[in-house]
Amino acid sequence: MTLYDLIDGEIATVKSFTGNMELQSRLVEMGILPGIRIRRIKTAPMNGPIELKVRDYHLSLRQVDARNILIDQ
Amino acid sequence: MRTAAKTPWVALVGNPNSGKTAIFNVLTGLNQKVSNYPGVTVEKKIGKARFTDGDQFDLLDLPGTYSLTPESMDERIVTEQVLNWIHGDNSPSVIVSVVDATNLSRNFYLTTQLADIGIPVVVALNMMDLVIDKLEINLEKFAKDLGVAAIVPMSATEKWGQNKLLSAIQTSIGVKNHENPFPIFLNDDISSALDPLQDIIKREFGYGDRFSTAQALRLITRHSTLEIYNELTTNGISVDNSFLESLEYKRQNAVDILEDLGIKHRIMEATLRYEWLDSVLRTTKINIDPQIAETNYSEKLDGLLTHKFAGPAIFVLLLYFIFQSIFTWAIIPMDWIDGGVSWIGSQILNIMPAGMLRDLLVEGVIAGVGAILIFLPQILILMFFMTLLEDTGYMARVAFMMDRFMTIIGLHGRSVLPLMSGYACAIPGIMSTRTIDSWKERLITILILPLMSCSARLPVYALMIGAFIPTANVFGFINLQGLTLVMMYFLGTATAFLLAKVFSIFIKVEGKSSFVMELPPYRTPLWRSVFSQVLNRGKLFVVNAGKIIMAISIVLWFLASFPKVDNPNGNENSIHNSYAGKIGRTIEPVIEPLGFDWKLGIGLITSFAAREVLVSTMATIYNVESDGDDVIQLKDAMKSDRNPKTGEPLYTPLVALSLIVFFVFAAQCMATFAIVRNETNTWKWPLFMIVYMNVLAYSASFLVYQGGLLLGFG
Ligand SMILES: Nc1nc2c(ncn2[C@@H]2O[C@H](COP(=O)(O)OP(=O)(O)OP(=O)(O)O)[C@@H](O)[C@H]2O)c(=O)[nH]1
Ligand SMILES: [Mg+2]
Repeated sequence: MTLYDLIDGEIATVKSFTGNMELQSRLVEMGILPGIRIRRIKTAPMNGPIELKVRDYHLSLRQVDARNILIDQ
Repeated sequence: MRTAAKTPWVALVGNPNSGKTAIFNVLTGLNQKVSNYPGVTVEKKIGKARFTDGDQFDLLDLPGTYSLTPESMDERIVTEQVLNWIHGDNSPSVIVSVVDATNLSRNFYLTTQLADIGIPVVVALNMMDLVIDKLEINLEKFAKDLGVAAIVPMSATEKWGQNKLLSAIQTSIGVKNHENPFPIFLNDDISSALDPLQDIIKREFGYGDRFSTAQALRLITRHSTLEIYNELTTNGISVDNSFLESLEYKRQNAVDILEDLGIKHRIMEATLRYEWLDSVLRTTKINIDPQIAETNYSEKLDGLLTHKFAGPAIFVLLLYFIFQSIFTWAIIPMDWIDGGVSWIGSQILNIMPAGMLRDLLVEGVIAGVGAILIFLPQILILMFFMTLLEDTGYMARVAFMMDRFMTIIGLHGRSVLPLMSGYACAIPGIMSTRTIDSWKERLITILILPLMSCSARLPVYALMIGAFIPTANVFGFINLQGLTLVMMYFLGTATAFLLAKVFSIFIKVEGKSSFVMELPPYRTPLWRSVFSQVLNRGKLFVVNAGKIIMAISIVLWFLASFPKVDNPNGNENSIHNSYAGKIGRTIEPVIEPLGFDWKLGIGLITSFAAREVLVSTMATIYNVESDGDDVIQLKDAMKSDRNPKTGEPLYTPLVALSLIVFFVFAAQCMATFAIVRNETNTWKWPLFMIVYMNVLAYSASFLVYQGGLLLGFG
């Protein structure tokens, strides 16, 4: 299951990133590591990016990138 | 960068939106832009500050970054700085790591990277006003565990703690921490993979143990760490090419070894660092288990403000309200200024003896500058609202809501803020595109940005609309003048979007694009900072009116007044035959199809210095022409001007519309293109912009005027 499949409002744990995802280095630098819990808050208008809560802050991310983040629910 | 040989200097480094600039302002007394949007500061800024004992030091404010490996241009500035400190001979005495205390674990990540450098690090634990009761920790021990000189709680907005910060900076100057070992435990597998890399960069660059370990780790994690060395070559510090090749080779070796062991090299540094950091935070009894189920007030507000349907609707209404209010709210203060200008003119007429100097002052300077100053209230209102949108944290939400739409038309969610600041002025807007991580989308944003109607066009729009569009109400409540203004903003914006799509098809640049953006909590705006930003723009506008416009008005007055021909038939022919008149009539054939006469022609020429000069030019021309004893109202003068041949009104609503449309598109502000040249490193793009914008302006204006005539308007 990926973050893309997570329903708005649900909480999950990050498991890993797929393959050579360019963005993974930046995401882990921002504290989104395997093992961290995140909550998907909402999806932007026009089916745009998603908003997450992780650690103590809110982050938005495009859905294409969310597909590369594997999670456990 | 260092001004005097012995003045120490200090650098502010931290995550975006952590309050670096707020601290910079507190310590230097300057007024740099502070705003609740991650990525406001996009260039380095230096200021002077004093320690509590009066000794002076230089303070450097930098863009925000999450780590020492950059993703975007503004972050790259920080990384390059840091490498220059290490490789060059001018490094700061102390690095102040600015940390947002409401978001400790992520902010400290960068702090630990900074601590590896070997320059003393003082942590400014900012925003403590928001957490005051929750942190009861032994800061000294905590500092020691992290390997920093001190941790100082403070609040930049409530202005406390800054003296303790100053003392901590001063006492840590000269304290060496090169000898500290790398604090993070690396197992044998990782150590042996790092060793060869570490050895060669240590030998080549003379790095200390700790930094070479950190840098070797970073080289493996991020290929871009290596690319930065490539660019160092161009910064005066040359790195041998063959050395870079062998570094690349050794890096690949290490990556292969680690991958064989099942270690994910791309996330290795961050994983190790966070594991260590989180354990330090835990032993310090800082709660790092995120309360992610908790919803705060911002999230509740967002339930409405970024709602699927309500969100965009609210945004559009807000924009409409702002542009409309530019017209409705400014009327009264504009009347005051108008009255003031006429009063000054009549005073001068009374005091000074009649003659050339009086004419120059009244018809040239007062008329020209006064005609511009009237629009100050409108510009202030626009700036006020724009600043509010940003400082409350709403702009970050707009970026979030618009990202999808923006990507469809070839732009980026982060294009929204630059485009919106383009409504005030294109120059800061173009600078702020540095936060867009993909070059293609950044370039396209720059290319279309001057189509956003900036505040220098506002005087032109307002003059023509005020004079030629009736004050009627549509449906009883929509002010027609305001509506016309909104339509002009819309015209510029919609065309910009359309062209963005076209450019994105034709401009072939490879590159990834991502939208990783923090949504900061909503904050009540910092009124001090809002007003200083609004005043700054106002000041810029007035100083401009004072300098450029006064100079042009004076030159123009001479051109319009001479040669004086003795003409018994009245004055009109005299200006017609003046130098200005000749120039205007030379270009008249070119602009006649747009509905413009030679007077507007002169205005178009002078408006290349700055758009609003059109207004002062017209004012000067009419005042010279009338030769009366009064500063005449430009609006009325234009309305009552007649075509000498036909006796019909010279300027009709159709001409006004054609002129406004011309100004929506025309490339006139040369300062903008100088900035574009800087940001794109070539003249190719600014020249392209000048051509496409002016072609667009001429054709659109032609269509409006000729089309209007065909349809029987005018
Ligand atoms: N409550 C509170 N807010 C603060 C404090 N310091 C800064 N802020 C707010 O935090 C926001 C960001 O401040 P800036 O100084 O612009 O942050 P920055 O680190 O320079 O941000 P970038 O230039 O974007 O990297 C603004 O809205 C400030 O008003 C503080 O001590 N307390
Ligand atoms: Mg800043």
